[in-house]
Amino acid sequence: MDAKTLQARLLELIRRTSCELPPDVIRAVDKGWRREKPGTNAKYAFGVIRDNIKLAAGKSQPLCQDTGTIICDVARPDWVSERAFRAAFEKAVDEATRVGYLRQNSVDSITGRNSGNNLGPGSPVIHFHETTAKALTARLMLKGGGCENVGAQYSLPDTGLGAGRDLEGVRRCVLDAVNKAQGKGCGPGVLGVCIGGDRATGYVASKETLLRPLDDDNADPVLAKLERRLLDEANTLGIGPMGFGGATTLLGVKITARNRVPASFFVSVSYMCWAYRRDGFQLSAAGRIAKWLYD
Amino acid sequence: MLLEAPFTEEMMRALKVGDLVEITGVVYTGRDAVHKYLHEGGKSPVDLRDAIIYHCGPVVVKEGGRWVVKAAGPTTSIREEPYQGPLMEQYGLRGVIGKGGMGPKTLAACQKVGACYLHAVGGAAQVLAECVTAVEGVHLLEEFGSPEAIWEFRVAKFPAVVTMDAHGKSLHANVASVSAEALARLLKP
Repeated sequence: MDAKTLQARLLELIRRTSCELPPDVIRAVDKGWRREKPGTNAKYAFGVIRDNIKLAAGKSQPLCQDTGTIICDVARPDWVSERAFRAAFEKAVDEATRVGYLRQNSVDSITGRNSGNNLGPGSPVIHFHETTAKALTARLMLKGGGCENVGAQYSLPDTGLGAGRDLEGVRRCVLDAVNKAQGKGCGPGVLGVCIGGDRATGYVASKETLLRPLDDDNADPVLAKLERRLLDEANTLGIGPMGFGGATTLLGVKITARNRVPASFFVSVSYMCWAYRRDGFQLSAAGRIAKWLYD
Repeated sequence: MLLEAPFTEEMMRALKVGDLVEITGVVYTGRDAVHKYLHEGGKSPVDLRDAIIYHCGPVVVKEGGRWVVKAAGPTTSIREEPYQGPLMEQYGLRGVIGKGGMGPKTLAACQKVGACYLHAVGGAAQVLAECVTAVEGVHLLEEFGSPEAIWEFRVAKFPAVVTMDAHGKSLHANVASVSAEALARLLKP
């Protein structure tokens, strides 16, 4: 595959991610809509959300104007170098910004200048892993600033929350994070949680776990149980979609764990808004999209 | 309920928390950079008297020499809490469109000047962009960049929920107290 083809495939990945929610997320939104009582502000918010999902896909325009931090996770076979992938991805990002699939979203933190094309130090984010598979797998997440701002990291023990260094302590942190996020991250949200790691790897893993399909089960039965419990409990908080009040505060909880050093016990929580823009594909060496990962 | 320009104090004082409204007229986008700039004494390039400010950083591209709005939902409003109340009083703003609600300073200003906080559905950038019928101008584009500029949007039937009114009521404060109680029950040792 030549560089132009790779760029074109990546542009399509960006377009789909920005404009079309994956089916697992749409199913969760529909379930939330059915749960809310007619005539409430919650039902109204869900109605607008559902209309918006359809409209964005139909018009091939960004679901949300905040097209977020661009985070790409790549399993890279031998036939493409990191250098070549990055070059093609950056060109695709530049083009996607020009045609309006992405907002001009990269700002120099010192001067305040917007680079105008989403490129700059640290943008876009690409995580590479090597793979022995023949196909390249790329997963893309566009994570808006509103939901990123309500991410939280706890260092246990936390006296205020009565949270010790155990799963009950983790539970307390997560529920606190959901309560504090109300209204700010566009709910109903999805949580990615990492237990352990250091401050940096914990947050990275909490985002990585948001690449899981919404309706899968955690391979670890202990974490699977905690995920279900936290989802049910968060939905009794009464925060509801957009913080209007209601029965649907979260659409999902995903938890992962990393080893830690004896002195540290971090709980890192990443909040994803209902506009859960993530997609992914498998790309053959010849440049054919073999599979969309969430369809 | 239709809210049609010119926006007046009487119109805003008639609204109550929970009301669904549809806004027709011109609204001005303004978010972090604009609020900080105005609060620090920067001159407003537009007449904000009786205006509605929209916390929004839209996607706008130039096609065939004209501006086309590709996406235009609300951004989180609470970041403007330090500035909003004073600006509301200084300019006599009639309303703020945003998401997530604002704090006690803004609520007090709403009550004092006769203004409301109008909550649009966050993330619903297409439904809301459909309501923008024309881009009538753009200001501070060079200085602040496209998402942070002041865009003059003519809107028709732009949907929002009144979540903070001119009577000192806030839906956000209510929901926060309900959820705080529920959380306390869940965290009981």
